[in-house]
This record gives sequence, structure tokens and C-alpha cells, in this order.
Amino acid sequence: MSDHALEISLTVNGEPVNERVEARKTLVDFLREDLALTGSHVGCEHGVCGACTVRVNGEIVRGCLMLAVQCDGAKVETIEGLSDSGAIADLQSAFEERNALQCGYCTPGMLATAQDLLARGGVPTREQIREHLSGNYCRCTGYHAIVDAVEAVAQVRAGEKK
Amino acid sequence: MKPALFAYKKVRSLPEAVTLLGEQADARLLAGGQSLIATLNMRLSAPSLLIDINGIAGLDGIVHKGGKVEIGALTRHAQAERSDMIAKHAPLISRAMPYIAHPAIRNRGTLGGSIAFADPAAELPACLLALDGEVDTTGPKGKQTIKAQDFFKGLFETALGPQEVLTAIRVPAATTATRVGFAELARRHGDYAMVGLAATARADGKGLTDVRLAYFGVGAKPVRAQESEAALAGGDVDGAVAALDLDPPDDIQASGATKRHLAGVLLRRVAKQLMEAR
Repeated sequence: MSDHALEISLTVNGEPVNERVEARKTLVDFLREDLALTGSHVGCEHGVCGACTVRVNGEIVRGCLMLAVQCDGAKVETIEGLSDSGAIADLQSAFEERNALQCGYCTPGMLATAQDLLARGGVPTREQIREHLSGNYCRCTGYHAIVDAVEAVAQVRAGEKK
Repeated sequence: MKPALFAYKKVRSLPEAVTLLGEQADARLLAGGQSLIATLNMRLSAPSLLIDINGIAGLDGIVHKGGKVEIGALTRHAQAERSDMIAKHAPLISRAMPYIAHPAIRNRGTLGGSIAFADPAAELPACLLALDGEVDTTGPKGKQTIKAQDFFKGLFETALGPQEVLTAIRVPAATTATRVGFAELARRHGDYAMVGLAATARADGKGLTDVRLAYFGVGAKPVRAQESEAALAGGDVDGAVAALDLDPPDDIQASGATKRHLAGVLLRRVAKQLMEAR
């Protein structure tokens, strides 16, 4: 039966979640409003700004361009999970040290996207870093500090610098 | 904004999708959703039912057979970007892929969705036209194959009937003589192009034949610059630029005059790519 609200089961940051959600609810609104995971931000709501970036089944997606009902059976990870796991602790420190954030609104999406690039291994060029982050708007920093932070972490992870 | 109320149904087969499309006239198919959900959020679109086709098996394969490459409609952009088969046998698509939106969007967006949506500034419709490709559809009257040049009708308008589902695209496989070129200009990497150009040709001695230039972002649908194709086949790049007979309307990105100028800039870049050996 098609319906306006459906039961979904998924895991969010490793924890099982069973909820009834409206079909029209986007993934990011579900995470924020139903699960109180407010680390993922809502910016443009049409896929341009990247503030809502989360991971679904290991791949980064726009939380505003997926419906919660599409995540039935999926494994969702938000910035809260990424942060708690310690997997991006070095990125977070580098952002802080280099002032790669001011208001912080874009930061969760920026970190998730940067981690996605760094997980591929090696040290990307600054051009590749810019290209990978091109879908994440930052209206404060002018991006240079963000690229610096991501590049520095890539070099350390690759053992090129300490 | 938030989407208006709609019902959601995940289907498991094409006949199920076709039947539902027939039952509810304003139903929409949900594939990657990277354009559709944005329009729902902005309430530019308010269907009463979304038919999620992501659970239909067999719509996401990439197959090389009979001199053609067939790409299932549900193939994600990221999948195509990583595909060795596409890199080798459909290099134009491979070359266009990094220009399509951003990594998070390419992880969800589908090739079939891009073609069916037919955004006039999108890369893939122009690639399909340049490649002289075709699309497969399934509807109440069964299966159909439609050539790219007949498929794109106008602004977001295609030959796809209201009850039809696009199931695959097919392009000729590249040979050693195949040459491809791709370039676009956008304000931000990954944004829709101000102007873009997808091109194919065949190397013939030191020259080119069968040049096909498909521009996007210059009109209601991808358009070929046939006068320029002939000039380029004769090795005359200046002549090809002079022969550009595009008439792009002004839009939010640039004036028609600017776009005409940029079309010439892109033609020079792409001509260089076409003349390079593979």
C-alpha cells in the first residue's frame, strides 16, 4: 500500500532506529526533528549548499535530497557519529588550528565531505581538494583555510608530515 | 520550504511502475531524486504519489555488447565515473562525469534521471546527442527505442510518454579512431553550465570526419552546430568558430551575446581535444 506515512527501520550512528515518518520528510529533517541530531544543518534545501551532508551506506549524500522513507534498511551516519568515533578528530583539530571555520554552519558538511576525500588515501592536490569541496558553501572563511586544513591532514595521514 | 503532502510507494518491477503511473496521472517516478526532491522542497512540483523505482532489479548494469555500450537507467553518476568499461568504451561520458554537480550528488543522481529530466544546461543530454545515442523505454505499449535527436523535444520536454519509464541509454562503443571532446564554463565547479560543449569525431588520416558538436546551456534543449561541424571536419577551427549559428537567449547566468562568445571559446578548446591522439 502506498501511504503518506510509513514505518522505517534503519541504523543511525550504529544504533537501531524504528520510526513512523511522513513520506514527504527529508532525511535531514528526520535526523534533526525526530532524532534530535541537530549537527546536520539545513541550508538551501535544494542541494546547492552542502550543509546537510551525511553518509548513507558509507557514501556522502545531500540530506535534503533524500527522503527519510528511502533510508529504510540503510546505515546512516551523521556528524555526531563521525565525531564520536574519533575518525575525524585530526580534521576537527586542523580546522580549529587554522581558523577553517567562523560561524560553523557549514562545518559538519565540510568535515564529512573532506573525510570522504581523505578516505580515498594519498595526498590530493589543492585543486582536487577544492573540486571535492565545491559543493559545500562557506560564507565566512573564503575557503583558503579550509583547503589548508584538509591538505595538512592528508599529509599527516600519508606520513609525509607530522 | 518543505514538500507538499504526497504518498510514497516503492515498486519492485517495471510493470508495477507503469501500472501505477496509469492509475495516478500526476504521479512522478523517483530515481536519484537530485532534481525532483529539490523541486518538491520548493513546491515547484507537487505530485500526489512518488513511485520509487530504486528497488527494481536489473536497471543499473553497464554492458558492452555488439559495438554498443548500454547503461542502465539507475546507474549512479558516481558508478559511471568509476567504471573502467565506460572510461574505455564511452570516454565522452567518462570525461563529462566530473563536471556533473558534486560528489554527494553524483552518489545519488542517476544517468537515466538526467536524460529523462532533460535540463537544457545538463551535460548528459548533450553527450547522448553528440554520441548519436538512443534511449530505451518501457510503457503500456511495451518497449521502445528512441534516438537522442528525436528524444529531446524542448524545455524539460522529451518523447517520454506519461506512462513510460526510461530504462537504459545506449551509445556506440568507441573505436581506435574515435575522438571525443568536452568542455564547459560554470561559475562554480559542478554548477549547471553557462555554456557547455560535448563533441565526437572520427580520426581520418590527419583530419577528422563525422564531427558532432552538441552544445548545452544555449537553448531549450541540446543543439548541434552543424555548420561548424563541417568546417571543423575540414580542419578550419577559425571557420568553425565563425560558422557558429547559435542564438542563446539571455538567462540568469549570462547574456546571449556572452554565451555566443563563450561558445566560440569552448569550440577552440574542444577542437584541440578532438585533434589529440588517444
